[in-house]
Amino acid sequence: MGFLHRHQNLTPYLLLAPGLLYLGLFFVVPLGFLAYQSLESGSFDVGYAFTWAWGNYWDAIQNYRGHFIRSLEYAAIATLLALLFSYPLAYWIAFRGGRWKNLLLLFIVAPFFVTYLIRTLAWETILADQGLVVRVLRDVGILGHDGRLLATSTAVVAGITYNFFPFMALPVYVSLEQIDERLIEAAQDLYASRWKAFIRVTLPLSLPGVVAGTLLTFIPAAGDFINAQLLGSPKNHMIGNVIQSKFLELTDYPAAAAMSFVLMAAILLMVAVYARAVGTEKLTG
Amino acid sequence: MTAVPIAERMPRESAVSRMWLFVKRHVLTVYAILAFVYLMLPIAVVIAFSFNSPKGRFNYTWDGFTWNNWKNWDGVPGLRSAMVLSIEIALLASLIATALGTLIALALVRYRFRGRGATNLLIFLPLSTPEIVLGASLLTLFLNVTSAITFGFSTILIAHVMFCISFAVVTVKARLIGFDRHLEEAAMDLGANEWVTFRKVTLPLIAPAILAALLLCFAISIDDFVVTYFNAGPRITFPLFVWGAARVGAPPQVNVIGTTIFLVAVVAMVVNVLFQMRRERSAATT
Repeated sequence: MGFLHRHQNLTPYLLLAPGLLYLGLFFVVPLGFLAYQSLESGSFDVGYAFTWAWGNYWDAIQNYRGHFIRSLEYAAIATLLALLFSYPLAYWIAFRGGRWKNLLLLFIVAPFFVTYLIRTLAWETILADQGLVVRVLRDVGILGHDGRLLATSTAVVAGITYNFFPFMALPVYVSLEQIDERLIEAAQDLYASRWKAFIRVTLPLSLPGVVAGTLLTFIPAAGDFINAQLLGSPKNHMIGNVIQSKFLELTDYPAAAAMSFVLMAAILLMVAVYARAVGTEKLTG
Repeated sequence: MTAVPIAERMPRESAVSRMWLFVKRHVLTVYAILAFVYLMLPIAVVIAFSFNSPKGRFNYTWDGFTWNNWKNWDGVPGLRSAMVLSIEIALLASLIATALGTLIALALVRYRFRGRGATNLLIFLPLSTPEIVLGASLLTLFLNVTSAITFGFSTILIAHVMFCISFAVVTVKARLIGFDRHLEEAAMDLGANEWVTFRKVTLPLIAPAILAALLLCFAISIDDFVVTYFNAGPRITFPLFVWGAARVGAPPQVNVIGTTIFLVAVVAMVVNVLFQMRRERSAATT
């Protein structure tokens, strides 16, 4: 310990070293391998060789443009729905929850301790053709006589919305909970209606949570393939389905690796556009 | 003759309008209740269908109540070994990731040093990378070093520790920020060296944060499908078992395990919340 005393400024690096080395070795280096693989050509049987095959990227965009667009579209709609559903709930817990706040939050988190796949399978049961939801919707005429929910884009988006709900609800809740209620009272004392006080005071103050929630929901949602696989049909498959099958079934590694990077680039682009729209100062808090 | 139906109608109408008034005043509360119903609906289905005795292969329609799935929870070949593997991986991964993550959190909260921004970025990036990319990139790494590593237990463990570290850092960091450093200084002033101070003062104080990180990592690890799917090789964890079973019709035993994991998590969380509430109340009275 005498050594540490003499080299105080070394301590943080010693604390960081094991964890950061681990992340370097198993997060950063693999991304490098993925990048390398994405520029290879050849096939699984004859082997792959590194040839700066930028064509892989071109092919990925060209051949799977529909999948990319669908992924971003589904993720964006699900993110918006999650925001609309979770905001009033988070608001209610933050301002009306009283001393039960933490217990109520638990109700939001608890469902997500049922394994992801089992949760999604449960939605498959709920939305099934013989199920109650479809029958009611058919009876009231929203769905046609042989209308279905399963194997439609509605089911996929609904599944994504549900599965990423807490990623939206929790950050929104945290930012609402931190609001000093006196600010809202002040607005009302100054003759703002309750609605106006919400629009001018509460909503802007909760934006950091909204922004964080949006990113935490959108990013994993865009790469998801489980909902499309279990609740959708091949017509609803997202880019995650393609990457997954190219890696694990077709062993077309270079194409799948290139697609992974195109997906990341597309997500980054969307995030940048979004950051532009809401203002970067809100992104960084 | 007409007086009777009117008299009958009157209170009913006012009951309706009273209900409408109630709904109007409590729109948000009503909404919150509906939202909780929405969140709990699939869970109710999972629990209910763990008591189903399906006629065919598919556990999708209700065919009658039975305890058998719970009594014979491992009556499906492969389920028990998948569960054992999942628990082993989750225990080891949460221990390793929390140890590594706690050290990083300590460094980030306690010290000003060069490379702090880069460290924060490196912690944040895995959290904001789609799982499929995490899984795919690790797979390409392992494929390129197949002579040094075989797919199976070790590759699953490596992957789980990797995606758990950032969660551990974030959890411990959040609790460390309110930490009173004077307590450590006092211990040092009283002649304790750094190791003794850490063991006797720091560790007990941050123990709740470490426990929270352990539990979170355990929960994330035991639930992970995507990254594991890419890197498991021939081994089968519980989520992989569900995936395989779903293609041919998942047996109700899958619901039994799902319900059990859910109940264990909920009990742990409720106990934690109640403890917190009691601590807050006793802190308020003293």
